[in-house]
Amino acid sequence: MVEILAESKTFAPARRDQRERVYKLFKSSDRFYRTLTFASTVAILVMLGSVLVSLVIGSIPTFRTFGLDFLITETWNPVTDKYGALAPIYGTLLTSFFAMLLALPVGIGIAVFLSELCPQPLRRPVGIAIELLAGIPSIIYGLWGLFILAPFLQQHVQPALIATFAPVPILSTLFAGPPYGIGLLTAALILAIMILPFITSISRDVFETVPAVLKEAAYGIGCTHWEVITKVIIPYTRTGIAGGAMLALGRALGETMAVTFVIGNAHRISGSLLAPATTISASIANEFTEAVGDLYTSALISLGLILFVITFFVLALARLLLMRAEGK
Amino acid sequence: MTLYAARRRRNNVWIGLCYAATAFGLCSLCLILFALLFEGASGLSLEVFTQMTPSPGSAGGLLNAIVGSLILTFLGVLIGTPLGVLAGTYMAEYGRGTKFTLVVRFLNDILLSAPSIVIGLFIYQVVVAPMGHFSGFAGVLALALLVIPIVTRTTEDMLLLVPRPLTEAATALGMPRSYVITKVTYRAARAGLLTGVLLATARISGETAPLLFTALNNQFFSTNLNGPVASLPAIIFQFALSPYKDWQRLAWSGALLITFSVLALSIFARVLGTRKTAK
Repeated sequence: MVEILAESKTFAPARRDQRERVYKLFKSSDRFYRTLTFASTVAILVMLGSVLVSLVIGSIPTFRTFGLDFLITETWNPVTDKYGALAPIYGTLLTSFFAMLLALPVGIGIAVFLSELCPQPLRRPVGIAIELLAGIPSIIYGLWGLFILAPFLQQHVQPALIATFAPVPILSTLFAGPPYGIGLLTAALILAIMILPFITSISRDVFETVPAVLKEAAYGIGCTHWEVITKVIIPYTRTGIAGGAMLALGRALGETMAVTFVIGNAHRISGSLLAPATTISASIANEFTEAVGDLYTSALISLGLILFVITFFVLALARLLLMRAEGK
Repeated sequence: MTLYAARRRRNNVWIGLCYAATAFGLCSLCLILFALLFEGASGLSLEVFTQMTPSPGSAGGLLNAIVGSLILTFLGVLIGTPLGVLAGTYMAEYGRGTKFTLVVRFLNDILLSAPSIVIGLFIYQVVVAPMGHFSGFAGVLALALLVIPIVTRTTEDMLLLVPRPLTEAATALGMPRSYVITKVTYRAARAGLLTGVLLATARISGETAPLLFTALNNQFFSTNLNGPVASLPAIIFQFALSPYKDWQRLAWSGALLITFSVLALSIFARVLGTRKTAK
């Protein structure tokens, strides 16, 4: 015992030094790691900021030349260097609107099926199958839309639509013109299939937040499945469903390749849903590498800026709604 | 009794529509996969993997596109992953629950679903335009920018799942924070981190839009990242929209390859992810 004490006394200063050194190493490595991770986090903010700044800088020539008229004119003529964004904006909003109109009821229907009606052993495989739809790359949707869906619609569906709605006053203009196969309606249909899994998986997640007691109580007083769904589950999860819908809308607005294949790329606004049109992202994808001249490039970058701003607000709203739904 | 019958009938109609909705979703998936198998498998042969993309009318394969895609995807993930993991680490460990983290998570989520073509435009502005030519390097950067938000998000989620007592025990041994994170937390969350990387890989290997005006395309074999590099999605885009039948057939074969590798990756990631959370 005495020996050990004596030893520790002799070695004490050296060991203290060693301890200090290790302690310092720990401290500096900790500070280094903290700074490193913090810098990476800041890098994400810088990234988002610089995307916005670079798009704004790129679109200065356009807005200097055309002013805000750029947003409300339809002309798009590379030959005379006159550009207006109205047709792509119109196409983007309209295809997304119709895609939502189709996908929202279907997506919620699938979510209802998966969370309330589906037999337990089938739940996982069916759920995974629906989510796989989100995994298929968008260019595959484009390929499929162009070679399989569009010819099918052209031969079997569109002539029937035109014939059926021809005598109806408003619908006759919506479904007018020759059946091209490609056009607004085809693009909207493909978009609807693409955003379906997003709506389904988020609706399903929020459906699971409904307390079982609420559902049991409703079934207890003799409600049917459908009454439980519409009177209990959907009102309870309203915010979350809205968030999922906005998220899907954000996807639809920004979707590029699938739409580029089937929209027809015509810079004009037509009253008919069967007519070829264009969207913001399709215009950029189609024309960017062919854009000669600074103003042409700048006009396309301005389109990108408009798309970024629109999707930013839609996605921000989606996240806010979803955060509120989670907080419940 | 009539009220009861009416309620029952309405219930049956709407429940029937829910079944129909699910059938619609499943049918879409099947139709797309069958079309891919039907159109793509017929063109699939050894030449696809051993020869360059041909000029119209002559025989050829997709070798340069496959190699280009592999290089672009691999480098994109390689560059994007560390940054994403580090950022996710800060949000889950050092900045847990702070306002700053909340804001970054919010903006990161927006970046996650932002249109990828906008990322392409951004890279064009800051890399391609100053350099004066399209390059594989620009394509890699664009893909890396898409990887970062995905990896950040999954890293944060997975690190938050690591049981607190584990890290508390390590801290009680006198380990500094950085050691606890790298030696304990990362190991505990390994499967989850890998899931994030796999999901990101699956996502970018089918991306086309940001490559169109960054890496562009290349009809010839090239691994020079300072020049245009071929990639499967870009070749599919070009060949599918061409009027040549043999080009279109190659596009279908490429589509088959890409879809099934992406689906395999995402199924693998899902299996890995659920096993982790189930434990």
